[in-house]
Amino acid sequence: MPASDHRPAAQIKGGAVFPHRHLTGIDGLQPHEIMFLLDEAEQWIEANRSRAKSDKRLEGLTQINAFFENSTRTLLSFEIAGKRLGADVVNMHAAQSSVKKGETLIDTAMTLNAMRADVIVIRHMSSGAVRLIADKVDCPVLNAGDGSHEHPTQALLDALTIRRRRGAVAGQRVVICGDLLHSRVARSNILALTALAAEVRVCAPSTLMPAAIERMGVTPFTDFDAALDGADVVMMLRLQTERMSGGFVPSTREYHMRYGLTLERLARAKPDALVMHPGPMNRGVEIDSNVADHPSRSAITEQVEMGVAVRMACLDILTRRARGVEGWA
Amino acid sequence: MIRAFCNATLVPSAGDGIAALVIDAEKIVAIGQSDVPDGTETIDCSAFGRSVLIAPAIIDLGVFAVDKAACRAGGIVRVGLMPDQSPVLDDPGIIQRAADMGKPDIWVHPIAAATRGLTGTDLAEMAIARDAGARAVATGRRWIADSGVMRRVLAYARDCDLTVVAHAEDAGLVGSAVATDGETATRLGLPSAPASAESLAIARDLLLAEETGARLHFRQVTTAAGFELIRRAKARGLPVTCGITPAHLFLSDIAMSDFRTFAHLSPPLRSESDRQAALAAVADGTIDILCSGHDPRGPEAKRLPFADSAPGMAGAETLLALSLGLVRDEVIEIDRLFALLATNPAKILGLDAGKLAPGAAADFMLLDWEAPWQIDTDRMAAKAGNTPFDKLPVQGKVLRLFKGGTELV
Repeated sequence: MPASDHRPAAQIKGGAVFPHRHLTGIDGLQPHEIMFLLDEAEQWIEANRSRAKSDKRLEGLTQINAFFENSTRTLLSFEIAGKRLGADVVNMHAAQSSVKKGETLIDTAMTLNAMRADVIVIRHMSSGAVRLIADKVDCPVLNAGDGSHEHPTQALLDALTIRRRRGAVAGQRVVICGDLLHSRVARSNILALTALAAEVRVCAPSTLMPAAIERMGVTPFTDFDAALDGADVVMMLRLQTERMSGGFVPSTREYHMRYGLTLERLARAKPDALVMHPGPMNRGVEIDSNVADHPSRSAITEQVEMGVAVRMACLDILTRRARGVEGWA
Repeated sequence: MIRAFCNATLVPSAGDGIAALVIDAEKIVAIGQSDVPDGTETIDCSAFGRSVLIAPAIIDLGVFAVDKAACRAGGIVRVGLMPDQSPVLDDPGIIQRAADMGKPDIWVHPIAAATRGLTGTDLAEMAIARDAGARAVATGRRWIADSGVMRRVLAYARDCDLTVVAHAEDAGLVGSAVATDGETATRLGLPSAPASAESLAIARDLLLAEETGARLHFRQVTTAAGFELIRRAKARGLPVTCGITPAHLFLSDIAMSDFRTFAHLSPPLRSESDRQAALAAVADGTIDILCSGHDPRGPEAKRLPFADSAPGMAGAETLLALSLGLVRDEVIEIDRLFALLATNPAKILGLDAGKLAPGAAADFMLLDWEAPWQIDTDRMAAKAGNTPFDKLPVQGKVLRLFKGGTELV
């Protein structure tokens, strides 16, 4: 096990170590609770690498992945995580149906509830939608991304990746660069990384910088080169294509000129700085291929691997009460 | 029949405290220490207790629904109804029907659409609307983006001697925003717009009003920069007025935390410094009226993700009790409170009401201004309980309410 930050979690017994019914966001989690989730995820990394990947602890439980917005990798990651724990996983692609948003959201939640789901994983295009559903159902709800609000499992897998590769999260200088205005990944990461005592810098053109972002405990930059100075971790965000043609950024080539992560730019960070991206990448726009594929610096595929482990840990922990696990029931 | 409410504390106070209010049928005939004629029915108000006042009934300028029960509970006997109805108030038949909607419990004073269908493109029939009973014209919930159209609206409304009630939010800056730029919107990941969306809109409309000589009323002004523009316009003598709801006086954008859709308002809740500026603007006279913005919305419009929910709050029955907080907090005196709630709205709507004066309509309330109660979304008289003030303890209850001398029960 890699060296890690402080862990008061080790002294807390049973369910008190994570007293939350749902995981709707990083907001509201104590640092030791975040560390507990990361610690729990560690065991699944090794298990996933072994030949026999299956565990039966969620056997007989129904996990519904209700995705109101299209997703490939996150949905797949949650599906694999559930199946490796033995759950019956059902995917609901609400994004394809033409149902009017919102009006049916509560109805959909009530329907899933009536079907006796044991855990519901939700992605939705509106900020706050997951919390709205969580208030209406009897089972644990996991946020797989709501609007521009939060994407907590992404932040957990990023923190786990950083902890394993850099030894600790505390004290790391992390630069988050890209479309901060619309990014739930950025918000959850800012909350998680600042809670774990990292030094977080955020970088974006002013058109994509949220108001009062410094109130979240980060230092804003518009100059990417300045932000990269001495960085331990460089986390690039995806820029949606529809925002790159004049709406928020003049063009992809101008964006690449100012904010694209090239090898030359990366040289401003520490020599062993880690490169991360939540995917899917726009190669040649926010990140060059030779950076994304850099054998020793890029942690992008490792992030995907950590994603499954973190989601297994979250599914396990949130269902412990219902499963009657000793100390949790 | 002449009735006299004796031994009463009147608001605004008449002479040295205790006085009488004398009404004859629908009108007030005398106030103060005047002799009560023989054969008059007298009501001794001292029996109600020391904290009971007689005050003008409230005139609520700019409601979106005619909600008799909420108005009765809130001491409101007249409402200025916004044109944003279905169908839109832009046709004489519809306006006349709207004016009759409240009978016999409340007066509905329709505010007609300034542009046909409220689309912000073509002038509405303002003179016909006026003759059908419209007391003003309004841009509705929206800003008129086209400055040419807005200039013609103001010029034509002036010809018709109608005040233009405007919504001040620059649509380009607002876009799809549902919140004000700031820490709360950023943390929640809600689309937000700068507070300057309001002052920019006010600045344009003030320039156009000055050019055209129109009377202009901003239904809600909520930002420090907006108040400063109004203050300077008034100092130059422009016929401009503005209002505000208790929400923007007592809540800041933090109330949206946890995605509480009852705090989804238009304009959105502002920063704490803007809220402080609003209190200062009430105190120094920049703000002319307090209104409820009454807009009851059921779960189908509010039990949604924040950005998908409809803006608005049910405010009629809480307007008075919340506003009395301004007196308790010593922001204003109680006499000025009723100028904001009754006298000034009456002036803007051109009504001979909203004051305790001989000749005025006998619209008044007996108010126990200390009676405590708790605002509760589940126990509202309104058509829907969408209040951002749920569970707030307040003081001030309407004991009896009179409209044109007739008691409403």
